[in-house]
Amino acid sequence: MGRKLLLEHINVPGIETYDVYRNHGGYKSVEKALKTMSPQEVVEEVQKSALKGRGGAGFPTGMKWSFLAKPEGVPRYLVCNADESEPGTFKDRFLMEKLPHLMVEGMITSSYALGANTSYIYIRGEYMFVLEILEKAIAEAYAKGWLGKNILGSGYDLDLYVAPGGGAYICGEETALLESLEGKRGNPRMKPPFPAIKGLYGCPTVVNNVESLCTVVPIINIGADEYLKIGTEKSSGTKLISACGNLARPGVYEIELGISVEEFIYGDEWCRGIANGKKIKALIPGGSSVPILPAHLITKTATGEDRFMSYESLSDGGFASGSMLGSGGFIVFDEDQCIVRNTWNFARFYAHESCGQCSPCREGTSWMEKVLHRLETGKGNMRDIDLLAEINKKIEGNTICPLGDAAAWPVAAAIRHFREEFEWHVTHPEEAVKRNYGLLKTPSITL
Amino acid sequence: MIKVTIDDIEIEVEEGTTIMNAARMIGGDVVPPAMCYYSSLPGTGGKCRTCLVEIAAGSTKDPRPMPKLMVSCSTTVQDGMIVKNRTSEKVIENRGAVVEFLLINHPLDCPVCDQAGECDLQDLGFSHGKEGSRYEEEKRTFEPIDIGENIKLHMNRCILCYRCVHVANQLTDQRVHGALHRGDHTEISTYIEKAVDNDFSGNMIDVCPVGALTDRSARFKSRVWFLKPMNASCECTKCSGKAVVWMFGKQMYRVTTRQDQYGEVEVKDGKPEWICNECRFDKKDLEQWTIEGPRHISRNSVISQGHYEVSKTNLLK
Ligand SMILES: Cc1cc2nc3c(=O)[nH]c(=O)nc-3n(C[C@H](O)[C@H](O)[C@H](O)COP(=O)(O)O)c2cc1C
Ligand code: SF4
Ligand code: FES
Repeated sequence: MGRKLLLEHINVPGIETYDVYRNHGGYKSVEKALKTMSPQEVVEEVQKSALKGRGGAGFPTGMKWSFLAKPEGVPRYLVCNADESEPGTFKDRFLMEKLPHLMVEGMITSSYALGANTSYIYIRGEYMFVLEILEKAIAEAYAKGWLGKNILGSGYDLDLYVAPGGGAYICGEETALLESLEGKRGNPRMKPPFPAIKGLYGCPTVVNNVESLCTVVPIINIGADEYLKIGTEKSSGTKLISACGNLARPGVYEIELGISVEEFIYGDEWCRGIANGKKIKALIPGGSSVPILPAHLITKTATGEDRFMSYESLSDGGFASGSMLGSGGFIVFDEDQCIVRNTWNFARFYAHESCGQCSPCREGTSWMEKVLHRLETGKGNMRDIDLLAEINKKIEGNTICPLGDAAAWPVAAAIRHFREEFEWHVTHPEEAVKRNYGLLKTPSITL
Repeated sequence: MIKVTIDDIEIEVEEGTTIMNAARMIGGDVVPPAMCYYSSLPGTGGKCRTCLVEIAAGSTKDPRPMPKLMVSCSTTVQDGMIVKNRTSEKVIENRGAVVEFLLINHPLDCPVCDQAGECDLQDLGFSHGKEGSRYEEEKRTFEPIDIGENIKLHMNRCILCYRCVHVANQLTDQRVHGALHRGDHTEISTYIEKAVDNDFSGNMIDVCPVGALTDRSARFKSRVWFLKPMNASCECTKCSGKAVVWMFGKQMYRVTTRQDQYGEVEVKDGKPEWICNECRFDKKDLEQWTIEGPRHISRNSVISQGHYEVSKTNLLK
């Protein structure tokens, strides 16, 4: 059994309630931080742990915290990004639903470190039932004195709110999230200024993913030195992986970073191989926006070395033969799956979710979606494949926020590794249509 | 003052200046095209991506080139920065792609569009576009709507520069106008197609770089290049009263703000000379205006091709 830091008590009955959670070591990190550490010491501990942000980009959390501006007389905010909307990613929901008090505890300890007296959890609109679970936990925490004025007699005050989004993927982008939280249309802001300087209501703000903030709890509890012993040199600690697709046992797993991809897919403790005895065809290891890997690059890198579940190993080979750990949305395709259909499906998602501010993303994502839809429905031609490659190169890097890149990468990678399958759709239009499992009825985006 | 080099031309500017404004100080071909940035409307820019430039060196302190193209309208210059605009192939190629993106869903209905001749998108297509289109799909379409009795909105032509939204935010006292939906089905609209009824709402028409917002009182009356623009002023309590009246013989077809070479409203003593709706829509009588003289249109569009000189007296005869 690998070490569990977040999900250690996940199977304890009633762990979502205050008493059970508290009896299993809950809120210890708050006690430790508020009673024995200065805010700066908490920041340093997190910095030392080398925790990388779990929201997708993998930016070191401690470093982000150290960038927070601290002008006199201006409030600072901590905002938890619980907008989790990337296809294939469902780990934050699991955490908040099953361990709401861990989320609350992570918010308190982190807010203390940052000197925030008001903090928000911005939660995806579709997760209304989770919002209710969190609000219940927050009410319990207030009642027990973990929130509110003068927590544990330390003189530190904190108010914590949950704010639901309207159901837009783009509101997961941190500056769009802040706009939305302020009650405006969720369009990403131009950066700089970064939120650490000018964030919510123009004040210095830290935005972190649910899992990142929850992980602060064990880091403070066991200490950064102990935390660093887990995982690999460049990827410390544990990570939640939401595994889905054609797996025998899909689900949310907490892994020690650095276990082999082979073990994670086939191991008894984890996904137990591909469902129905099929063969694996492709893997998207970190949520829909990271490059897809073909079968021969999944358990081995291009140079023939074993591939591991870590930031560095999954990105080995760059975009040519590697991918990214991203948010940990682990999507497995078996031999029967159509890569073109899947690429179209993702393109459709991004076209629908583009905020529409900047021209390359607004026009380019829906253009790609339409071309892919034609290819998938047997109406494409060979030129379309190059056109797609051309369009995504012109979106990538030319947009305000990374959604444009996120939309371009999967298409580029699918063509890079599965070009023959795209060509097959052109040369065998009727068979391509037949292979569609009746999903052809799904229309290209209409208003 | 700090030094910046744009297309091999060095210039000294104040700290905090954007690349775009530094380029405008140099002038000519060095100036990147702007479809969404509008200097008199704070907060505009960054959206259309036509002003992308290459940063060959970030600054004297950190002379590394920037990996991505940057938007010149919203990137501030650093001391020793080296910028490439028309001297960069990467810029030309990517700007061409942006123009292609802007045009794929555009109806290309210039023959029936009132903006033709003074349209930034036409100019941009001419300077950076390709002759054919690779877009074989169906274009997304909207029905034109009237937003109030004065303004027509053709969403099909809109490039979502958001300038009009900033006008609504900054010049009018009640905001009823903004963007609905997302992605390529984003739509500029008013709250449940409500009329935009406000003293300064007409300025939206002038800031619109394309024919998406047009003056209903002037629609379909004449092509702009048949009209003679004259600087004119009037006593007005609401606005500067400084305008351009567009004449056909003695008949006044429309009234607009005075615009500079970048199509932006002229600024006097730090104040943009926006005009009020009364001046724009209701004063169509020569008697209501004092004609100052012919207006030279310095932009590269078709109207400036028909050079003309008319004296005030000639016109009034
Ligand atoms: C289009 C888009 C969607 C995103 N969605 C999420 C999300 O749902 N949850 C999340 O934690 N981060 C999301 N991110 C990343 C955030 O912008 C931000 O980097 C992250 O919340 C930082 O947290 P971390 O440093 O703890 O990872 C998204 C980014 C983009 C560009
Ligand atoms: S890249 Fe897409 S989602 Fe991001 S700001 Fe531009 S249009 Fe909006
Ligand atoms: S003018 Fe700079 S992005 Fe539009």
